[in-house]
Amino acid sequence: MDPLRIVVAKPGLDGHDRGAKVVARALRDAGHEVIYTGLRRTPEEIVRIIEDEDASVLGLSSLSGAHGFLFPRVCDLLRSAGLDDVVVFGGGIIPQSDRLELYEAGVRAIFGPGTTTDDFIQFLVEVVERRSSNQPVGVGSSDGWHWS
Amino acid sequence: MVGIGVESMTSTELASQAAAGSRRSLARLLSLIQEGDTASIESVSGVENAATIGITGPPGVGKSCLTDCLASYWASQGQRVGVLCIDPSSPITGGSLLGDRMRMEQSGSNDLIYIRSVATRTSFGSLPLRLMAMISALSLAGMERILVETVGVGQTEIGIVSMTDTVLLVDGPDRGDIVQAEKAGLLELADVVAVNKGDLDGAENAAANIRSGLALGNSESIPVLVVSALEKTGIDELVQALEEVQLRPSVEVVRWRHRLTSAILDQVVSDSSFDSTVTSLAEGKITLEQAINMIFQR
Repeated sequence: MDPLRIVVAKPGLDGHDRGAKVVARALRDAGHEVIYTGLRRTPEEIVRIIEDEDASVLGLSSLSGAHGFLFPRVCDLLRSAGLDDVVVFGGGIIPQSDRLELYEAGVRAIFGPGTTTDDFIQFLVEVVERRSSNQPVGVGSSDGWHWS
Repeated sequence: MVGIGVESMTSTELASQAAAGSRRSLARLLSLIQEGDTASIESVSGVENAATIGITGPPGVGKSCLTDCLASYWASQGQRVGVLCIDPSSPITGGSLLGDRMRMEQSGSNDLIYIRSVATRTSFGSLPLRLMAMISALSLAGMERILVETVGVGQTEIGIVSMTDTVLLVDGPDRGDIVQAEKAGLLELADVVAVNKGDLDGAENAAANIRSGLALGNSESIPVLVVSALEKTGIDELVQALEEVQLRPSVEVVRWRHRLTSAILDQVVSDSSFDSTVTSLAEGKITLEQAINMIFQR
């Protein structure tokens, strides 16, 4: 699998970054270039980082309960910036009952507590396969595919 | 690397869009340049309008925070600033964790500042291949100042001297005794030295040590300043010192020796047969001497 440029971001007022750092490290060990944003980024800042870094994948981490506002907001801003091909996944404390709404907003996978690093590496393998066979997977596609 | 969107554009189109102010085109162009795409490298070739500053020094002295301060300073003067933050790649997996942005809180959302994290990838030293072309791309895109922040380096890592007009060496308090400053290497080639973390004890002392070390040689005109990226003190003076740097003829030979060496290196490793030669070596099929002959005789 070719290396990807992946942004791992902490949107909003949430100071818990252990999970994001473990994910960033695991993605690095899988051979990817991981840009970690640091804490408390606005959705606008995150989209700017994706654009400037020419990244193709975005991982959003939230443990504050604000995912229902922040994740869709980031997805909307990516689409309005024309960054439709970017693949968005999320992680953190995200109840099952909230997930469908996030998938509908364009998030392609959500990883909660208990996720192994293999899980999201496998997700990325599938993302790359879908992309190379021209199946829609980016945040701008209205196709309802998500990782389960 | 899989990029986004702008893939259907040619490098010429990307270059002209980047020159017209499109951040996304610039971002894609930089990706192509780093991958070694010849047309993209040619599209920016020879563009050298910007004032370039290399920011280097040991790990943990605050290079990223200081880079953030400098970029914001020049942006506040209305200048467009490009920043390349270099971090190492794993030689085994090729992966990289690029974390400089987490220290760049002032610059991150400024429209006048473009920040790009760059992994060293297959480069052998602390600088990525094709860095000169990446600097040219930023210059083409209208950046008036370009800051290149290196990975944390030791005492003899002087490659950055060849890539930028000016070199700022950042050091911190408690970095050892005077002998550390006496060792030859980067210190002699720095145009300005900043002792960061001036809010901590020992910074003035460290600066005094470096000054006395420089005074014993021929380099006493190199300014040594105490700054604090945390408290934003000494930044105006540092900017002034950087803007007043004069070209030193004694450094020109060093500069061009490194520039030529790295250009040759770029050529060698960009050749399609390079990776297979390395594999043959690792499998013991050929000797180092045979490999060198293969590379230079083609």
